[in-house]
Amino acid sequence: MTASATLHTVRRLPRTLALRLGVPVVAVVLWQLAARAHGSVFFPTPARIVEHGYHLWFSGPAGRAFLTDAAVRDLLPSLGRVLAGFALAAAGGIVLGLALGRSRTVYALCDPVLQFARAVPPPALVPVFVVVFDLGTPMQLASIVFGAIWPVLINTAEGVRGIDPLRLDVAATVRMRPAERIVLLYLPAALPRIFAGLRLSLSLSLILMVFSELLPGTADGMGFQLTDAQTRSDLLTVWAVMVLLGALGHLLNSVLLTVERLALGRHHAAHRS
Amino acid sequence: MLRIDHLGHRYDDGPDVLQDIELTVPEGQLVTLVGPSGCGKSTLLRCVAGLVRPSAGRITLDGEVVDGVPDRLGVVFQDYSRSLFPWLTVRENVALPLRRRGLPRAQRHAAAVAMLEQVGLADAARRHPWQLSGGMQQRVALARALAARPALLLMDEPFGALDAQTREDLEDLLLRLHRAQGMTTVLVTHDIDESVYVADRVVVLAPGPGRVRADLPVALPADRDQIATRGLPEFIALRTEVGRAVRQGTATPPPRPLGHL
Ligand SMILES: Nc1ncnc2c1ncn2[C@@H]1O[C@H](COP(=O)(O)OP(=O)(O)OP(=O)(O)O)[C@@H](O)[C@H]1O
Ligand SMILES: [Mg+2]
Repeated sequence: MTASATLHTVRRLPRTLALRLGVPVVAVVLWQLAARAHGSVFFPTPARIVEHGYHLWFSGPAGRAFLTDAAVRDLLPSLGRVLAGFALAAAGGIVLGLALGRSRTVYALCDPVLQFARAVPPPALVPVFVVVFDLGTPMQLASIVFGAIWPVLINTAEGVRGIDPLRLDVAATVRMRPAERIVLLYLPAALPRIFAGLRLSLSLSLILMVFSELLPGTADGMGFQLTDAQTRSDLLTVWAVMVLLGALGHLLNSVLLTVERLALGRHHAAHRS
Repeated sequence: MLRIDHLGHRYDDGPDVLQDIELTVPEGQLVTLVGPSGCGKSTLLRCVAGLVRPSAGRITLDGEVVDGVPDRLGVVFQDYSRSLFPWLTVRENVALPLRRRGLPRAQRHAAAVAMLEQVGLADAARRHPWQLSGGMQQRVALARALAARPALLLMDEPFGALDAQTREDLEDLLLRLHRAQGMTTVLVTHDIDESVYVADRVVVLAPGPGRVRADLPVALPADRDQIATRGLPEFIALRTEVGRAVRQGTATPPPRPLGHL
């Protein structure tokens, strides 16, 4: 980015911020007013939901980053599962995608299977994993990995397949070794596609994390807390978990977008200009 | 020394693209290859580079049969923006062929910077290719091709995408580097003036299927100058001869008399 373009962005920052924050603020205010006017126990006001969530999870001792026992019991296991599941899906998807994308023949052979596996709605597989694995974390991790791996895998393979043939010629004429090819050519060239896949996989991981925790036999996690609160007709907790899930999803997505910008910004500026 | 023996090629079940090409390039010679579009110049170059396996004949480089990309080879492609890796710095791009030499990282970088100095781009070492002008990018590509001191340099229309002034600068740079490093060089070009200006020898290919139509030595003084050399009667005569050989057989027939209409 040039200096003048940077300056331009900085000048526009207040306006951009106002626009980006304005709509959510208005939405929350409207929600607050509507819920208060209605006064239903099924639709508590956002202020009460936030207050409830705060007492439930974030009013703990300072030494434990203000986390309460409930937070340690329900939030940390879920967070661990979604991060571990996403990491495994990402790593597995990139490795398999590289392997598939490098060979036209292997890709052609595997394509029908891939298209089929991708077309199965991931939650439909969860009951299978319940049978194969024991209930609990292994089953939940398997559900996340198997459901979320496809977008990364397919995008990585497509990214590698789409590499400019001239670049492959260059790699051949400078006599790159196979490992160097992966690090210096395949991965960087496929990186924009890989990140597109990662973004999809991340939201799938979150969905599958909650879904796998909804099943009977689960004793912790945010999904469990959701069903547990529902059976106790504790609607306030149900709402708090939903809001927290939304915030978590938004946070994870923002982290991924920042990583993407850092990784692609310098290397691929040429393609954006 | 590069020897091409009875070389023929066709892609899959297509027609013959090259037929019975015979060409010997002595060590250190700079040969230019011209011919009408589609006559198989790039195909010939790709066979020599080991990127395409010819369907007939054989190629030897210093007595060794070319089977796969030869060891001491440098290649410059026409499209510099695609041939350079945008995610690497200029220095890292130039250092690419040095990895196979087994040099430690620091030495690779030093050698790459030394090579960049020779093409006048030492200051650009840490920048990225897309931050440079087209002419500068092609200098980087040239530096990359020569960084490992290849015995053979192949160039496929390397200056075709550049403006006239930049092209002349790069022609002179190539001549200077050729004199300094003495690598055997084969350069494909569309520009007949260029084919004479930089060459020790001009080879003209005929189309359909590609074969050698003319093989002309360039008897110009070794010191070339963009203005003076191009004004020499020998230069003009040779350029005319090359132009005629390229056009031979492809000239448009004279207009038919109007009376027939
Ligand atoms: N990969 C390929 N597969 C099939 N046919 C090809 C392939 N590459 C080139 N050809 C054909 O071979 C012939 C020679 O092509 P080539 O690119 O070698 O010509 P050229 O002399 O370099 O042309 P130009 O001057 O336009 O670059 C053309 O008819 C072309 O269509
Ligand atoms: Mg060509």
